Amino acid sequence: MQTITLHSFDGGIHPLENKHQSTQTAIAQLPVPAQLIVPVGQHIGAPADVIVNVGDSVLKGQTIADPKGVVSAAIHAPTSGKVVAIEQRELPHSSGLEGTCVIIDSDGHDQWLEEISNGSQAISDYLETDNEILIQRIRDCGITGMGGAGFPTAVKMTVQNLTIDTLIINGAECEPYITADDMLMRERALETLRGVQILLKITAAKNCLIGIEDNKPEAIKAMEDALHEVHGEHHISVVTIPTKYPSGGEKQLIKILTGKEVPSGAIPSAIGIVCQNVGTCAAVYHAIAEGKPLISRITTITGESINQPQNVEVLIGTPVKHLLDFAGFKQEKSLFQKLIGRKAKADSKPRIIMGGPMMGFTLNSDELPILKSSNCVLAPSQKELPANDIASACIRCGLCTEACPAELLPQQLYWFSKNGELDKAEQHNLADCIECGACSYVCPSQIPLVQYYRHTKGAIKDERAAQQKSDRSKIRFEARQARLDREAAEKEAKRQARAATAEKAQAAKKAAAAEALNKQTAEEADGNGNTNDEIKKPEPVDLEKLQKQLDAAQAGLKKSMDKIAELKAAAAESGAEADAPIENLDVFEKAVANRRDKVKLLALQIAEAKKSAPLVKKEVSRDDIEKKLRAQKDRLEKTKERVDLAKEQGLDSLPALQKGLDKQMQKLKELEEELAQFDKAGA
Amino acid sequence: MSSILIAVLLLATLAIIFGAILGFAAVRFKVEGNPIVDQIDNLLPQTQCGQCSYPGCKPYAEAIAAGESINKCPPGGESTIIALADLLGVEPEPLDAEHGAEKDVPMVAIIREDECIGCTKCIQACPIDAIMGAAKQMHTVITDECTGCDLCVEPCPVDCIDMVPIETTLQNWHWDKPENSVSTIEKILIKEVH
Repeated sequence: MQTITLHSFDGGIHPLENKHQSTQTAIAQLPVPAQLIVPVGQHIGAPADVIVNVGDSVLKGQTIADPKGVVSAAIHAPTSGKVVAIEQRELPHSSGLEGTCVIIDSDGHDQWLEEISNGSQAISDYLETDNEILIQRIRDCGITGMGGAGFPTAVKMTVQNLTIDTLIINGAECEPYITADDMLMRERALETLRGVQILLKITAAKNCLIGIEDNKPEAIKAMEDALHEVHGEHHISVVTIPTKYPSGGEKQLIKILTGKEVPSGAIPSAIGIVCQNVGTCAAVYHAIAEGKPLISRITTITGESINQPQNVEVLIGTPVKHLLDFAGFKQEKSLFQKLIGRKAKADSKPRIIMGGPMMGFTLNSDELPILKSSNCVLAPSQKELPANDIASACIRCGLCTEACPAELLPQQLYWFSKNGELDKAEQHNLADCIECGACSYVCPSQIPLVQYYRHTKGAIKDERAAQQKSDRSKIRFEARQARLDREAAEKEAKRQARAATAEKAQAAKKAAAAEALNKQTAEEADGNGNTNDEIKKPEPVDLEKLQKQLDAAQAGLKKSMDKIAELKAAAAESGAEADAPIENLDVFEKAVANRRDKVKLLALQIAEAKKSAPLVKKEVSRDDIEKKLRAQKDRLEKTKERVDLAKEQGLDSLPALQKGLDKQMQKLKELEEELAQFDKAGA
Repeated sequence: MSSILIAVLLLATLAIIFGAILGFAAVRFKVEGNPIVDQIDNLLPQTQCGQCSYPGCKPYAEAIAAGESINKCPPGGESTIIALADLLGVEPEPLDAEHGAEKDVPMVAIIREDECIGCTKCIQACPIDAIMGAAKQMHTVITDECTGCDLCVEPCPVDCIDMVPIETTLQNWHWDKPENSVSTIEKILIKEVH
């Protein structure tokens, strides 16, 4: 056997142990309570999925909730009975929030599921079995870390691509009052060691160190005796470590036993170490060798308000009240009640702490259930553990820094937390705080330091989540903008394409018309024997258009002339010298000249067009006119509709629409006349 | 005389050389866009709610870079204003009440699905595409993506969208801040005085 050099971690405290009270008697079996409250989210990770229904009968050990996702654990019925409700109930959690619980009314038979009672689920040759099968069984049996945090053991044992050098079994149990692991090792050392063997087999570690504090000599002896029984090919050593809080912290225990430090933000497997609690080892043994899921645990019930402090094996889901009744809970009298000799009020809220005095939390009621990770129920008297509600100002004594086992600067962290300087707290490695409470314990001002750190840790997590969400929103917003732009661009492109085709069609039409005209003029030219250049290439102008242009040009001309007259008159009126040039006059005169030219040109063109017009007109077929007539009728119909609508709704556009209607009727009449004329001419 | 000439020439040559280096660097290492805009944009909450009167956080970031005041973002609230003031080296100012008040708790939109008529108006209003659905089909909000910007509430013709606070679960719960230690004592003193 190799000799093990012990190391030490910085800081730490030596609070009153108060462990002897609960180690006087053997582990008792708690009677099955009438009703069990089994939360489906007892572990770190996603709450399990309930697979039973209200009214179902369940047997002891039957799975009632399947793990959801990788980091999750199955939940089993702790006794046989009937599911009476699946509802939201308050959880034994510092938040006091509600969670899904399966409520089981016990039938009193405490009957195991058949596969478990007949031993068919047991794996007796576990040291020869594949790791996958063992890990699957650990997962199926819902084993989670029994030391406190409740991390699913199967996940912890599935270390991928990492060689595990050392397996550390945590039997330090450093927190005052708690003796559950101590009693487990004393009474069930062999089971625990066999569990250790299974874990050692799975991890294939070269070393296995079981760390136990030197204030548990009985446990150390029991473990060493058991070691002689099972020891052989394995390299398991029981190591006695000095008593100091918090040597049971994972990182602290690793430091004590190996001298190695787990890097900030990393898990122990990063340096080839896996750490498991002794309670977990025993649970693993039961799961593998007996096929029994995790449905009960050893819990310490202690404190001055308890008549018989002791350790009991309690079913998961047992209400704390049942436990208190079993161990004898006496409600403490207040000072006033003591003075006047009255009994304590029955309805006053008992002060019960789940967990130890350092890291535990006060329960809101005694109806809350025991969880897989509940190692202690503490009912202290006021004198024993005074409630801390008066905190004074920090006097900068620095005791907290000396006590901190994680080598942090608690005082700095306190200032940052108090002022909400999250980034600075983060820079000072707040994430490495193990929330052991050593700093709060030594603080002479009784500042609830750990609560500040817990709050700040949560706030940092929140902030990070918010940042992630905002980054995601930004991406989504930009993606949406891009999509909208793309859609707009596509629409625009389509519109342009449509416009282009329409233009092309127009151009083709024009070209066809021009060709037709060309042909006619050519024919005409041939017929007349006249080769007039002008007529050979006539522009595809229609008469009406030209007439309109002529009218416009004439109107413009008239306007310009009027303007000149006006200007002249104004100049004369102002009495200026007649010789002086009138402003802008030349511009207008030029415009007049231009317009005159244009009018002349247009008149000429009209004349030319008129010459060729009869020929064009002849080509107009009856169909064309009919088509026009039909279109006009349609248009008229539509206009009528619109007029009706406008009338109905009393729109302002009514007069304009009416005018349009009249015009269209006129046009229709004209077209009808034209058709009649055409028919006449044809006849 | 010649020494002065040499000095002048030397300095001129150096000036030309360094000028060339600087000119090259200015072209070679040209920064695309305005980096300060991105920095400001990163500090904004990205709810894209438009309460600042700009159509999104990026446009507001651009406006701030161009001299707009930094107190127009109610979803970001005081912490954003302080962060912006830190970044830009200006004095933090109180939130401009004209643009709305900071909400105490983060909210998300929830569609009462049996009342939804499938008009897609909320989908068009959502700046981050966090509403799923199609015409004449029921719509629903992707709660994890919703920034609680309120923009979908107004267009809904049947008023079936509610803004609800994000529920506290075991996953997102964290410890409250302890009451200010000094104020606890002050409270006791005040009690004694009265």
